[in-house]
Amino acid sequence: MPTIHLENLVKRYGEVEVLHGIELEMADNEFTVLVGPSGCGKSTTLRMIAGLEDVSDGEIYIGGKPVSHLEPKERDLAMVFQDYALYPHMNVAKNMSFALRLQKRPQAEIDKKVRDVAATLGLSEYLDRKPGELSGGQRQRVAMGRALTRDAGTFLFDEPLSNLDAKLRGQMRAELALMSQRVQKNMIYVTHDQIEAMTLADRIVVMHGGYIQQQGTPEELFKRPVNKFVAGFLGMPPMNFLEGEIEERADAVFIKGEGFDLRLDGERAATAKAHRAREVTLGVRPSDLTYDANVAADRSLTLDVMVSEYVGAQSVLLCQCGSAKVMVELNSETPVALGQTLTFAVNANGVHLFDRQSEAAL
Amino acid sequence: MRIAQANRMTPYLFMAPAAIIMAIALMYPLGYMMWGSLRDWDPTQTIGEAEFVGLRNYVTLWNDPNFWESLTVTLKFAFFVVTFEMVIGVGLALLLDRDIRGMSILRTLFILPMMIAPVVVGLMWRYMYHPTIGTFNRFLESIGLERVDWLGNHALMSIIIADIWQWTPFIFILALAALQSLPRSALEAARIDGATGWQQIIHIKLPLMMPVLIVTALLRLIDAFKVLEVILVMTEGGPGLSTEILALRISRTATEFRELGVAAAMSNYLLILLLLLTVAMFAFNRWQEIRAARQKMAVEEEE
Repeated sequence: MPTIHLENLVKRYGEVEVLHGIELEMADNEFTVLVGPSGCGKSTTLRMIAGLEDVSDGEIYIGGKPVSHLEPKERDLAMVFQDYALYPHMNVAKNMSFALRLQKRPQAEIDKKVRDVAATLGLSEYLDRKPGELSGGQRQRVAMGRALTRDAGTFLFDEPLSNLDAKLRGQMRAELALMSQRVQKNMIYVTHDQIEAMTLADRIVVMHGGYIQQQGTPEELFKRPVNKFVAGFLGMPPMNFLEGEIEERADAVFIKGEGFDLRLDGERAATAKAHRAREVTLGVRPSDLTYDANVAADRSLTLDVMVSEYVGAQSVLLCQCGSAKVMVELNSETPVALGQTLTFAVNANGVHLFDRQSEAAL
Repeated sequence: MRIAQANRMTPYLFMAPAAIIMAIALMYPLGYMMWGSLRDWDPTQTIGEAEFVGLRNYVTLWNDPNFWESLTVTLKFAFFVVTFEMVIGVGLALLLDRDIRGMSILRTLFILPMMIAPVVVGLMWRYMYHPTIGTFNRFLESIGLERVDWLGNHALMSIIIADIWQWTPFIFILALAALQSLPRSALEAARIDGATGWQQIIHIKLPLMMPVLIVTALLRLIDAFKVLEVILVMTEGGPGLSTEILALRISRTATEFRELGVAAAMSNYLLILLLLLTVAMFAFNRWQEIRAARQKMAVEEEE
């Protein structure tokens, strides 16, 4: 399958520039997820790759060939839309075979292809139905089936699961993951849902304000976010941020803020030292806090428990630290009462420091 | 108890003004025409004085070749007019469904003919068709072609052209509205599936516009059967009976031939024709509704 390369891609609507020079290289057979809040430019990027939006500046290469002047049909892609974009007047079989019929392939070949794809997606008994006679999940499958029947080199997904209810979304997400393993194609997937991004992607590209913030494997992005935005965007419940200052006392480095005074170790102490006396933001994920009554004060946060959200095996505590809110994820069996003041040990490897002005990771 | 009863009456109370106006403005004249069509009725008589003749007027008309000639002209006129208007109107809509500078002005210009009073349209075209000083013949002469006898030998064609000029905009605006309400993503999906501009029109746009187009065509057909003023001004039904459409014949029967009963009977024939078309339109709408409801039910069963 061809590699896709975006070179300094710019999109302007009139005077307004919405994409500012996107550089992106997608490897062969890679599942790339573009993720970010609405308005970050992820859908625009995808639509430019598809050829549905003009490229204002820069170039798109598919398999080394510049394609930005080509019509969508000349780019060898298939796309799944957010609202499925099925043809309402055609039945499922006709929807799935539309591209092949336009290519004037032999009828026998078309029939076989449609039957095969329908079988893998569990659509065999619905081939004669119109999209209006299908449920949301089935329509979603038909949209996917239409893309699969094409046998295109690259698959584009524009928030394909966001119109489904939560349960169905989880189910379809799993099916998508299965499909991507099976068909071995380039997949570019746009979503605002970080769980979809984390579970499906080989590579996540986090976008914000028309810029790529960071790209890498889900693990890289989760463990080593390059800035506060990426750190806060990925992970559920989101990372806690506390404002503090770096202080050096008695050969040790501390970060001190309202209601906490945390000692930093090893590598983090060294990097923090270089930023001494500068204002920073401390980031700690809810899962990096553990309830421990006996931990030393400079290794822990002391929090007032305000609300407990019971999710099942895990509970999420919403606590107060000074004037800031802090979320803690812990085992539901832990005996915690609302209104208590408790100490939580901070996982030394889970400490993230960000410059408060630039929001970049230290 | 009494309050509950009064409450039940409230809706009827609210509907009463509309019902009364309907009865006076619609049902009374209609009934009057039905009643009149059963009489040998002269404009000097009151309807009570006229002699009751049963269905004689209807039978006379049925056996009158001139009536049939008129009906044929009407059907021909309606058929050609609606066919051409649909093709041109939808074609224009497909052409102008894009965002380029000045498009809104262009669209407004296109619908101007529809806003001109029919009598004025008739006068305009009569002058343009004039054998010697008319625009068309002067133009033909200037490029060295022969004059055409527009309102003579080609009278039916000429009135059809005038009507197409006036009413294509009606189809155009409805078709344009239908086009612009099409699901954008389905068209994008078609582009990605490899459909060319023409293939998008044939496989996606036209089929999706079809419900609107069918209703538009029926509405236009109903209107075409009732056209009067433009033709009255342009040809007065001539030469001979070549452009005497039914509405014109009805008006002449009543005013020139002073046979109100026959005119009323003819109106009723026309009414029956229009009623059939209207019923067809309602049946089509109903069918659409039922289909939509059935689809919705099928979906709910699945979920």
